[in-house]
Amino acid sequence: MEAVNLLSSNRYTEKQIGYLFISVLVNSNSELIRLINNAIKNDLASRNPTFMGLALHCIANVGSREMAEAFAGEIPKILVAGDTMDSVKQSAALCLLRLYRTSPDLVPMGDWTSRVVHLLNDQHLGVVTAATSLITTLAQKNPEEFKTSVSLAVSRLSRIVTSASTDLQDYTYYFVPAPWLSVKLLRLLQCYPPPEDPAVRGRLTECLETILNKAQEPPKSKKVQHSNAKNAVLFEAISLIIHHDSEPNLLVRACNQLGQFLQHRETNLRYLALESMCTLASSEFSHEAVKTHIETVINALKTERDVSVRQRAVDLLYAMCDRSNAQQIVAEMLNYLETADYSIREEIVLKVAILAEKYAVDYTWYVDTILNLIRIAGDYVSEEVWYRVIQIVINRDDVQGYAAKTVFEALQAPACHENLVKVGGYILGEFGNLIAGDPRSSPLIQFNLLHSKFHLCSVPTRALLLSTYIKFVNLFPEIKTTIQDVLRSDSQLKNADVELQQRAVEYLRLSTIASTDILATVLEEMPPFPERESSILAKLKKKKGPGTVTDLEEIKRERSSDMNGSAEPACATDGSTPSPSADLLGLSAAPVTNPAPPSSTNGSLLVDVFSDTAPAVAPLAPGSDDNFASPDLASSEVVSEEPADTVHDADELFHKFVCKNNGVLFENQLLQIGLKSEFRQNLGRMFIFYGNKTSTQFLNFTPTVICSDDLQPSLNLQTKPVDPTVDGGAQVQQVVNIECVSDFMEAPVLNIQFRYGGTFQNLSVKLPITLNKFFQPTEMSSQDFFQRWKQLSNPKQEVQNIFKAKHPMDAEITKAKIIGFGSALLEEVDPNPANFVGAGIIHTKTTQIGCLLRLEPNLQAQMYRLTLRTSKEAVSQRLCELLSEQF
Amino acid sequence: GKLLRNVPNGDEVRKNPVPDRRQYTASGFLFCWIHFILLFSRQGKLRLQKWYTTLPDKEKKKIIREIVQIILSRNQKTSSFVDWKDLKLVYKRYASLYFCCAIEDQDNELLTLEVVHRYVELLDRYFGNVCELDIIFNFEKAYFILDEFIIGGEVQETSKKTAVKAIEDSDMLQETVEEYMNKPAF
Repeated sequence: MEAVNLLSSNRYTEKQIGYLFISVLVNSNSELIRLINNAIKNDLASRNPTFMGLALHCIANVGSREMAEAFAGEIPKILVAGDTMDSVKQSAALCLLRLYRTSPDLVPMGDWTSRVVHLLNDQHLGVVTAATSLITTLAQKNPEEFKTSVSLAVSRLSRIVTSASTDLQDYTYYFVPAPWLSVKLLRLLQCYPPPEDPAVRGRLTECLETILNKAQEPPKSKKVQHSNAKNAVLFEAISLIIHHDSEPNLLVRACNQLGQFLQHRETNLRYLALESMCTLASSEFSHEAVKTHIETVINALKTERDVSVRQRAVDLLYAMCDRSNAQQIVAEMLNYLETADYSIREEIVLKVAILAEKYAVDYTWYVDTILNLIRIAGDYVSEEVWYRVIQIVINRDDVQGYAAKTVFEALQAPACHENLVKVGGYILGEFGNLIAGDPRSSPLIQFNLLHSKFHLCSVPTRALLLSTYIKFVNLFPEIKTTIQDVLRSDSQLKNADVELQQRAVEYLRLSTIASTDILATVLEEMPPFPERESSILAKLKKKKGPGTVTDLEEIKRERSSDMNGSAEPACATDGSTPSPSADLLGLSAAPVTNPAPPSSTNGSLLVDVFSDTAPAVAPLAPGSDDNFASPDLASSEVVSEEPADTVHDADELFHKFVCKNNGVLFENQLLQIGLKSEFRQNLGRMFIFYGNKTSTQFLNFTPTVICSDDLQPSLNLQTKPVDPTVDGGAQVQQVVNIECVSDFMEAPVLNIQFRYGGTFQNLSVKLPITLNKFFQPTEMSSQDFFQRWKQLSNPKQEVQNIFKAKHPMDAEITKAKIIGFGSALLEEVDPNPANFVGAGIIHTKTTQIGCLLRLEPNLQAQMYRLTLRTSKEAVSQRLCELLSEQF
Repeated sequence: GKLLRNVPNGDEVRKNPVPDRRQYTASGFLFCWIHFILLFSRQGKLRLQKWYTTLPDKEKKKIIREIVQIILSRNQKTSSFVDWKDLKLVYKRYASLYFCCAIEDQDNELLTLEVVHRYVELLDRYFGNVCELDIIFNFEKAYFILDEFIIGGEVQETSKKTAVKAIEDSDMLQETVEEYMNKPAF
């Protein structure tokens, strides 16, 4: 109350003390605010610059919503009034900025905005500095309103950087002309794309070059303040160059400059250079230049004394990693991990795991790397990491034997991390047979090795090991009795832990009663996991927290959305890896037991096993994947699809699948082939259903998926053989796992051979795996669209096709097809509402390709004009071909 | 010791801190340069705090404790920057006092160091060879000078001339404050 009385005083000193009290003591939520407001209002209207200044300071200090309600309308008027003193303008600009941050809805945009922009031309540099801060914040939310600020900011910046160090008098800070204003102007320019006006753009490029040149000049002072201020401007300029990402020359110069700083004696500069280079690494123009510094960065990792700096070095190594240097970088990170600070170990583990998987050409290297990770930093290896290695081993036949051998060797160590026991238990349970031929790793030795770790492990690991043991019973009948003895021991059967006890009882029973056939079915090797985005990435992202852009993936994502629009492609964030932990042996797909919730009833299927109704369980053995529709469901869908027009018109059917994923691919009197597929990022999975329409068995039924030599490097397809006998009226299913490595033109061919009633049948159809399946839609504003469109204006990037409509020209169907094609349908982008505009990203393992498309119908002529623009000619070409067939 | 003459050059070596990456809950969702400024002594005593984002007092206390601990445990030869939650701490030691600003991750670290330096210069100009005691006993003037220099987390006036004027204003204030302090309360 005393303070409020002081505020109302007409004596300067008392008023000042009152305001001081309030700014220090009053929280923005306080009820006093309402009382204070009145006093402030009087001061704002007083025309006394000192009183106005005090009032504005107070509003900014408190910055509450009530303050915004009371004054947000008033302050813009003060700011642009012709007779306002400079110092009041400065306070008003920053005060408004503070209110805008608290309550943007309460600050009305209006004709004052254009006048604020013109404050950039003000003579008083203090006013310009404050105005630039305000405009930068406002422009982030209202880029259109403040677009004119770009050219003004460029000319202001140009005047500053070309001025002699003494020209700006007071605003020269340790021989650097107006560093604060320069940085703020550079930051304002980062709210916008490169200026469109060539003159402005040229002037800006000159400014940036001047700043880069000055970095090479000898310092004008030995004081740290001089170099800090100078380098502050330099780093901000580099940020702008990276943000524009359009001038290869500047990007490479920036990279060289940062390269010098990497070896600077100032720790701060080394830190900042590493940080800045991290973003530079994601630009295609400078990625190679950044890579040349790899040795320096590795050295920083080894020798820097500051954990913050080492952290930046790890980030940069991660960002600069690609196929060419992955082995070296992963090895160095592993090396560093041995001595790394505890605080950053988990992050390094995640990064190593991601890089090892992403750039694994040779999966034995991948397995070695992950096992090393567990050895070196087992405590920091999260579940996601070891789940992932198991998924990969299971999905790749070529590495299974090696993995079994490697874990077996790793388990020899007298003390090994529990995570290793988990991985080892799982992998030997699946693939122990692959190394059992060697007398040094005979079944009994494998079992004894695992069991020697058993007692040291936690309950979940023991549960996993029990599952491994029952798998051994199936893999190695010769040690069945040994295992049964273990399961039968009191420590298992009467274990205090319900989970362990239940597993021991059930597994023992299973091994005693079930025939070898049933065992073989129930305990069959795990089916491949559905290919999904690694959840490790999501974990890393979560760990780094939002707002941290040093993460490569995030940068890449940002960049790809930069190139393709504002929407964030839904990658990684929701791709959760299925957790194999609850039931590591995949028994959830098998009928035996689902012991995860110990209290749950054990399901009638278990009874089935024990009551010798073996055939009933067979179809439910691993192989029917719970993540996808069951075959029955799928088949009913297949049947309900429109029947194929003619058998021979396979090409037309093929084109139908360009915009849809499910349906009938082929049908004749004997056979119907149905498809069901899903795609995600660069991966996909296709279920092919072969239906025998006759009442006679098909024999020697062999479907083969063939990729031509040209196609093979770009498209990775994996299938498992199907049962060679298809009963009359039955349907069999085949899964194709698809990975798009790089963009491709042709389609793979599905060849089917079988014997039907003594005649040999042989037919081939094109399998509709087309490039657009790896599309991910990207929403973007009209402004973004046209900016991207313009950036892709190289004649090679554009492909156009004019063609006659083959179907009725219905706008709704056209929209549905464009969406089915995979791109986003952008509304209100094309000035002509009759036209269709789309955007998306093609995901391949090696790159992401941004694609823009525009379809212009001409109803009178019954024609279309289709234009595709992508960064890659072949992609534009292929997408245009595919889409042209649709209308 | 005198702040401006005693910039440390590295003597203690201590264990590296464990940064906590829990989400920092700033209310300001828009780009803000400086979120808060803390001044504390080598013994961890807080001398001045200035917040440009609105947070409950309890939260502020927690943050202060955490940051003081992180900074004090850092080796002197290290960089002046620490990642903290989704912000970055930029700090510098002048004699016995640490000046620490929390800024946005993508903000200009070097320039923030110079904000700190300019502030110290202004304090020095006002107090004449400023030292920690000046700030302890005249904290209201330290706040006043800071307010003249930074509003809402943004630098208002970088010119020394204008800064000098603010100091002169406050010099005038100083006498009246003393006069005021000597008066009985009303």
